[in-house]
Amino acid sequence: WRNSKTSDKNNNCRLIRASCGRNGRSKGGLQKAFRSPLGHGAGIDGLHHNHHLLYDPQASGSPAKRCRLRRRVDSLKKNRPPFPWFGMDIGGTLVKLVYFEPKDITAEEEQEEVENLKSIRRYLTSNTAYGKTGIRDVHLELRNLTICGRTGNLHFIRFPTQAMHRFIQMGRDKNFSSLHTTLCATGGGAYKFENDFRTMADLELLKLDELDCLIHGLLYVDSVGFNGHPECYYFENPSDTQNCVKKPCCLDNPFPMLLVNIGSGVSILAVYSKDNYKRVTGTSLGGGTFLGLCCLLTGCETFEEALEMASKGDSTNVDKLVKDIYGGDYERFGLQGSAVASSFGHMMSKDKRESISKEDLARATLVTITNNIGSIARMCAVNEKIERVVFVGNFLRINTVSTKLLAYAMDFWSKGQLRALFLEHEGYFGAVGAFLELLKSSEEP
Amino acid sequence: MAGHSSGTNRGSHSMDKSITLPPDEIFRNLENAKRFAIDIGGSLTKLAYYSTVQHKVAKVRSFDHSVKEADGDPLYEISVQEEITARLHFIKFENAYIETCLDFIKDHLVNTETKVIKATGGGAYKFKDLIEKKLKLKVDKEDEMSCLIKGCNFVLRNIPHEAFVYAKHADSEFRFQTTHPDIFPYLLVNIGSGVSIVKVESEDQFERIGGSSIGGGTFWGLGALLTKTKVKFDELLQLASKGQHTSVDMLVKDIYGGAYGSLGLTGDLIASSFGKSATADKEFSKEDMAKSLLHMISNDIGQLACLYARLHNLNRVYFGGFFIRGHPVTMHTITYSINFFTKGEVQALFLRHEGYLGAIGAFLKGAEEDNPNQYSWGENYAGSSGLMSVSPDLNPMQRARSGTFDMLEMDRLERQLVNLPLLQDPSSYIPDTMDLTEDALAREYWLYCFEEALDGVVKRAIASQPDMPEAAERAEKFRQKYRHKLQTLRNQPFAYGSLTVRSLLDTREHCLNEFNFPDPYSKIKQKENDVALRYYLKVVKSLEELSWEQRQFALVRGLLAGNVFDWGAKRPWLVDAYNQWIERLKGPPHTCALFFVDNSGIDIILGVFPFVRELLGRGTQVVLASNSGPALNDVTNGELQILTERIAAMDPVIHSAFKEDRLTLVQSGSSSPCLDLSRLDKVLATVVRERQTDLVIIEGMGRAIHTNYYAMLSCESLKLAVIKNSWLAERLGGKIFSVVFKYEVPPKH
Repeated sequence: WRNSKTSDKNNNCRLIRASCGRNGRSKGGLQKAFRSPLGHGAGIDGLHHNHHLLYDPQASGSPAKRCRLRRRVDSLKKNRPPFPWFGMDIGGTLVKLVYFEPKDITAEEEQEEVENLKSIRRYLTSNTAYGKTGIRDVHLELRNLTICGRTGNLHFIRFPTQAMHRFIQMGRDKNFSSLHTTLCATGGGAYKFENDFRTMADLELLKLDELDCLIHGLLYVDSVGFNGHPECYYFENPSDTQNCVKKPCCLDNPFPMLLVNIGSGVSILAVYSKDNYKRVTGTSLGGGTFLGLCCLLTGCETFEEALEMASKGDSTNVDKLVKDIYGGDYERFGLQGSAVASSFGHMMSKDKRESISKEDLARATLVTITNNIGSIARMCAVNEKIERVVFVGNFLRINTVSTKLLAYAMDFWSKGQLRALFLEHEGYFGAVGAFLELLKSSEEP
Repeated sequence: MAGHSSGTNRGSHSMDKSITLPPDEIFRNLENAKRFAIDIGGSLTKLAYYSTVQHKVAKVRSFDHSVKEADGDPLYEISVQEEITARLHFIKFENAYIETCLDFIKDHLVNTETKVIKATGGGAYKFKDLIEKKLKLKVDKEDEMSCLIKGCNFVLRNIPHEAFVYAKHADSEFRFQTTHPDIFPYLLVNIGSGVSIVKVESEDQFERIGGSSIGGGTFWGLGALLTKTKVKFDELLQLASKGQHTSVDMLVKDIYGGAYGSLGLTGDLIASSFGKSATADKEFSKEDMAKSLLHMISNDIGQLACLYARLHNLNRVYFGGFFIRGHPVTMHTITYSINFFTKGEVQALFLRHEGYLGAIGAFLKGAEEDNPNQYSWGENYAGSSGLMSVSPDLNPMQRARSGTFDMLEMDRLERQLVNLPLLQDPSSYIPDTMDLTEDALAREYWLYCFEEALDGVVKRAIASQPDMPEAAERAEKFRQKYRHKLQTLRNQPFAYGSLTVRSLLDTREHCLNEFNFPDPYSKIKQKENDVALRYYLKVVKSLEELSWEQRQFALVRGLLAGNVFDWGAKRPWLVDAYNQWIERLKGPPHTCALFFVDNSGIDIILGVFPFVRELLGRGTQVVLASNSGPALNDVTNGELQILTERIAAMDPVIHSAFKEDRLTLVQSGSSSPCLDLSRLDKVLATVVRERQTDLVIIEGMGRAIHTNYYAMLSCESLKLAVIKNSWLAERLGGKIFSVVFKYEVPPKH
């Protein structure tokens, strides 16, 4: 993909390595067990994985399935899969979909193009909302990408996992299976919905490891940039609210990095190279917790609503600060009076519970979850001796309160040793990674 | 953060003044009390004071031997004297009682020297004026965390079974740990309204290395919001223990469907706490939400604790604070979380007296001039309530009876206690052979035994004080107290740490002392010693007439038999290392033997002394270690002093050895019929080291079977006893009156 020649070479190397059956993990990247799912807070520390990214249809599933797969692979044109090109990441809360819209379609090609393929393209590119809950993040669109010799735009679409069945029905109604495309999917939902895809829409999913996808997607998007701008940014002067400004930066030499993926839950990875990473830990206090608690506490229904409320609230009415207990700083331990001593600590009092606003509660929930993630990430960074902490995941979408707070927490508690980095395409890297696997699969039959 | 349980504002300001306290049972020894300290938390107040207790002790005094003794005169004089010892009192009660308690203290406080009360805890500020007004004492605030650490060091150092591991589903929920001789370094995770993680490296060196704002206050505050009820912390925990978190949390299996199994995943792992409450259009039960919240907070704290433990390379992690205090539910969730995140590398440890740490620390800060850390202290089982005494879950009966007052009393011991320097591995030494906490059958048996024996003990106690008419009344009080203790232990075997035969015996001694029966056996011992002394020369002479081989056997039998000569005649014994012992005796003599002696009378005079005589004859120095205070009919150091002098007067061998200090008497530092080799008089340890002791002899059921049967020493050892209990004999694979003769040589390095 990025550089197909070296990539092929690498793949050959990997093939050799893989056939040596190292660590018994010779099955290769695609069919590797999902030993450490994305966002599963209560995660178990991972082993070091040496990832052998090769596509080996021999190793996938039942004989029947293998057969079908091979046929499909064989039917591919020489070096790329047939359109449409999708990558999908089915998370606990959201489904992330990336779609490549070719812009270099020749007239001849256009004529050959089957009708339902055309209609899919038109439907996706001419709308920004799909059904009641599907949304295309137009501002994230990557334009004029050249992939596998084709040039086009990459679109970023998301919808709630709850709507998954409607999506599958749509696939059936549009006779998606007739297109003989490979549907690359990652995330826990690739497993959960695999059977539904098969029985409802006659679609076979190619299930992909979500952490592989995450890392590959992230590195790819960073390497192509964001329409001429850097994908990555950080906050200058994070400890100074007046002068804290967003600054673009380059992730030129990204390793090692601590990758904190905040979805419904949180996964924390130590990444040493493209294919060498380990899952350090995770926490179940993630985006799902923020939204879940906000819904219960304020009656809100969406992430946007919850964030909107949080942006107007004041968490110090809810949280008990050090100064609320000590009247000032706790000098014996060098704690500032403004530090939170007990999240929701004021809510132990009945009177305060009765007078608190929903906005304040939303803000406190957001601050509590964010600070906690920051704290765990910081400890992991110190334990793993990594100074670069990259935060991704859809929890950070339109959530400047959290990004700034994370930047501040990293900087303040590490005395400037750690830097928090963020990426514009926050939650879409898993889907991009799945999409890349689709293209890769055609390269190495 | 520190146990900031302050300002919890539960509307408990209305003090219930109608409560009448059973005074002599709760604020004991107030008349001599000084040095007060108080720790006021969000719901509980802990009061500490130092007091002196006047109680009777039995003393023996030799008669003037220059006067010709008339036949029938006693061997020595027994007197009961008043002695004053120091005791620390700690009382824990609900904040609602604070005013009543202060009034009571004011009325009974006669000591006028006291001017200051040390105070700590979040509530200390709130109640400052009340305390100053009521007690006319100046409130002197101490830093909360420093107090906690000081208190923690104190209990770890002085209470052998202070720390425990909690295992909800095990036979015994509480697994007590032997405290490592070096208690440092450790991590203290204090879960108050927030969480503070403190690394403690020495008595005065500690550092707050981290913390979290998600703590007990979050559980309480957020829990109250979610359940929309006005609840107390305890009630919220109750709700949580009835709930199902799986309806609220998003689990791995919710994301992966049914397919997680083949992926090596545990489907029940929580992927996102409260993850379902964002999408599901339904009402959640209070119980379920409380449970989910409890898991979320416990897991989070456990995870942080593990990250800090790993970063600082520490594996001893103690958890405390009101979130933990006496709550099996939170101990369980924290333990679960620690096990999960460290895969068993780190164990979550809890403390039996966790609730008292702040009060103990504050007290110690105020008592620095008395150097309390210079002494060893011992938990008084008679005056202490024991673990979970006021836990309504575990002990509804108890709560009704003693209200909500929990007590801890610590006696200042006359000497500093240390390890026997000859223990192979002090950190793994466990004195007791059988842990009755874990062994339900054994527990049943021994509790029954002690209950059965109670009548006899009461009778003997009364008989020991024939000229005191109120002795019967006191003895009855003793009976009630001890029976109550036995009942408590039946329900809560973990109340005072691991339940053992030793702890049952010690509790009985503490209760006897409590009611001024310092030495019920004094007269019996006196008589038996007197009789045995008359036979001493005869026995020595008959032994001298035997061949060497015969004599060695007779000496061992004399030790074993104690008072019945027929026992131990038939070999092989149940445990029989006699031949190895004899082979060893044919080799070079030992440099010095340390002998832990047992009973008065025939045992010490006709068993131990002839044996000692033989050792001395071989050129081995002998150190005789006897109890500092009385226990059953065991010979005390005071009695042994007199007996040795009397024997020395008859026997030139003993005389010269005693004079030349080849024979020395030391105190064990204990007043127990059993023996804890990790808590011995410091002087004994010094003597043992100086004399290059290379043989330890431990004699009798209490010291060699109930305790130390499996003790590993770094030098040769003899453990010998006749098992005078058929149940125990059977347990060990023998019959009643089976003989144990264990001779052990440590592996050579």
